[in-house]
Amino acid sequence: MTENPAKTIKKICLEHGNDKARLMDIAIDVQKELGYISKEAMKEIAAATGSHFVEVESLVTFYSFLTERPKGRIIIRLCNDIVDKMQGVDAVADAFTEELGMGFGQTSRDGLITLEYTPCIGMCDQAPAALINDEVFTHLSSDKARAIVKELKKHKDPAKISKKLGDGNNAHELVKSMVNNGIRKKGPVIFGEYEPGTGLKKALSMSPIEVIREIKAARLRGRGGAGFPTGMKWEFTRAADGEKRFTICNADEGEPGTFKDRVILTEKYDLLFEGMTIGGYAIGAEEGILYLRGEYAYLKKLLEKMIEERRKKGLLGKDVMGKKGFTFDIRVQLGAGAYVCGEETALISSCEGLRGDPKTRPPFPAQKGYMGYPTSVNNVETFCCVARIMEKGAAWFAEIGSKGSPSTKLLSVSGDCAGPGVYEFPFGVKVKDLLKAVGAEDAKAVLVGGPSGTLIGPGEYERTVCYDDLGTGGAVVVFGPERDLLQLVSYYMEFFIEESCGYCTPCRVGNVLLKERLDRIIAGKGEPEDLDYLESLGKTVKISSRCGLGQTSPNPILTTLKNFRADYESRVKKNEDGMQPSFDIKKALGDAQDITGRESVIF
Amino acid sequence: MSGKITFTIDGKEIEARQGQTILEAAEDAGIYIPKLCQMKGLVPHGSCRVCTVMVNGRPQAACTQPATDGMVVENDTPELKGMRRDIIDMLFVEGNHFCMFCDKSGNCELQAIAYRLGICAPKFPYLFPNRDLDASHPDIFIDRNRCVLCGRCVEASRDIDGKCVFEFVGRGPHKKIAVNAEAKLVDTDIDITDKAVNVCPVGAIIKKRVGYAVPIGERLYDKEPIGSDVENNKK
Repeated sequence: MTENPAKTIKKICLEHGNDKARLMDIAIDVQKELGYISKEAMKEIAAATGSHFVEVESLVTFYSFLTERPKGRIIIRLCNDIVDKMQGVDAVADAFTEELGMGFGQTSRDGLITLEYTPCIGMCDQAPAALINDEVFTHLSSDKARAIVKELKKHKDPAKISKKLGDGNNAHELVKSMVNNGIRKKGPVIFGEYEPGTGLKKALSMSPIEVIREIKAARLRGRGGAGFPTGMKWEFTRAADGEKRFTICNADEGEPGTFKDRVILTEKYDLLFEGMTIGGYAIGAEEGILYLRGEYAYLKKLLEKMIEERRKKGLLGKDVMGKKGFTFDIRVQLGAGAYVCGEETALISSCEGLRGDPKTRPPFPAQKGYMGYPTSVNNVETFCCVARIMEKGAAWFAEIGSKGSPSTKLLSVSGDCAGPGVYEFPFGVKVKDLLKAVGAEDAKAVLVGGPSGTLIGPGEYERTVCYDDLGTGGAVVVFGPERDLLQLVSYYMEFFIEESCGYCTPCRVGNVLLKERLDRIIAGKGEPEDLDYLESLGKTVKISSRCGLGQTSPNPILTTLKNFRADYESRVKKNEDGMQPSFDIKKALGDAQDITGRESVIF
Repeated sequence: MSGKITFTIDGKEIEARQGQTILEAAEDAGIYIPKLCQMKGLVPHGSCRVCTVMVNGRPQAACTQPATDGMVVENDTPELKGMRRDIIDMLFVEGNHFCMFCDKSGNCELQAIAYRLGICAPKFPYLFPNRDLDASHPDIFIDRNRCVLCGRCVEASRDIDGKCVFEFVGRGPHKKIAVNAEAKLVDTDIDITDKAVNVCPVGAIIKKRVGYAVPIGERLYDKEPIGSDVENNKK
């Protein structure tokens, strides 16, 4: 801890040019140095950057990883995603609380350790998992949890906890993490061999217009989930008025159950950076921003080092690969725990040093994006596809996959299956075949596309993963025969409530109301009318919400009501006395009975 | 570019100027689209979603969506009315609104829209949140129980008053309006004459000692339902 906080804060602000637009970086660094961002710290930051106190407070209170209250020097964030629950995270949680002698949300008396829960950290294939400061711990058990606490108490340094390093670059000296890549099936597009520079060289031999034409010919669509045609997005961005342009890589993979970008960032960063550079060339940008989710902070040093290497090789910087007049560089922008920042306009807000509220559209980012300049935001996997298209040609790319959905898709598979991990499948793969490949043929249900996607049962396993049928950003979560789907839906609703930015009414309030009624049904106090209530309210939230979060958050309820209605119907009943099942007359009369000292005559 | 656009709202053809939003064009044409967070003179916030309409079959907020030539807008349909009722219901149950003794009653836009949409009681369960009051300022009072997070005060303070008295903090259900001070409104540079003090659609930001100057029965929406000014095409 530093002795003079004000001096430390001034220094950090100065390192970021006292730039208000770098408030994210400043806040993250201040927290790293001082442990939390106090009201005094907010004042200091506001003064140094020329912003207002309440603006800094607004940012700090938005992100889960930033805190305005003192916390421990070490923060244990145990992931309690549904997959972690299925893999026994509750026992791990008990071990942590016993060993630390405190509950979740608390800090030890000596101010050393804080224990918290956090939603999906992108480690579903090796759950239960936790983040301890920036370090990732996977495959946790109660014994391991106890051992971790003992070690932490001894040397107070999460980085020094003994662990077996993971495969590939996870063992790199700049990463030193126990994460495993978990690559189960390699395909030609993402996991094929790649010689850095090949795709970029080809792109630079063409005009930007020709590059865009090639991407369009390959019919590349965004891999983040929405599936917007990449070439068209680039064309719009290129055509928009603006003194400069920006290309942003969305590496905020927050959809629970998705972790394919984690593997790309660890192993295929050359393909990614090359795609970004090609993107920059195509739209006419000089700057690229890689927005890295806070949960993946353990990869930041590696990525920055690899960017530096590319600079040295002339693959980034002034006159890239000797192409006169084409200057392009990349910086890494770290996030701080906010699912909504995966939404492209919220991500842009975050890059600008604001809370991660989605922006009003139109204007779209292609017209007015980062700092008001035309901006193209693309997914990690999309950029990899770009580099490959340049290397091998649009025809090669489009030949793989199904008719309407060319090429391959990385799928992150987790849950009740024999082989959790990352699979590169051609588009058009049947769910049935996918389940066979991952060892989950007895699955009761499969969630394709994460909680904002679709939950299907065995009757629909003939359906295919592609843009025209089951679209997905990459999450596939498998649920075995013994799972209670309503509990799972309730968990996901809780997730959306916590992750809503709160900007618009239907998402901020509607999700709370949906969960209230769902939990009523789970508790056995639901009535048949509640199913119509859920459907109607779910529809309101979907139709009237401002961004993709609220437009999809009722999906867990709506798709289970559609595909697993019996699970609901078996739990609701009409009350014979005509009162609402949720109404407990005895409890309601309790106080009055206490006061009068006698029981109700009627009830 | 001629600058003139024509499109339809519920089958009625209307004219708009280039750059107008659907809401602005509708109001000029005497068509009322229920709205809450939007206010003339402020950048549309698009947060309450009450003005959601269907544009060529897709939902859009009328206050932020630009009018384009030939678009087909649905406004007064049973589905949209139901959706708007849901949203107004949500705002009632999310906060603690006691209309009967709120001094904004009769001048309150939330209350007035509820009446106009025929809401007698919310169908959703009350959430009964614990929210703060701030009576520290000699002239101005904040009751967060009644705040609908419309953002008008944030924008008015920033864009019109050239200050930054208000901003949102927290997220999701924990989102709330905060002031530019460590604790209280009195520590900010707000002034009774600020635009930000005069834009609140509900009784969350109110001037002290003027609450009952206009008797109940003679207040704005006591006489005519909200939206009448638009429908009478008064400007």
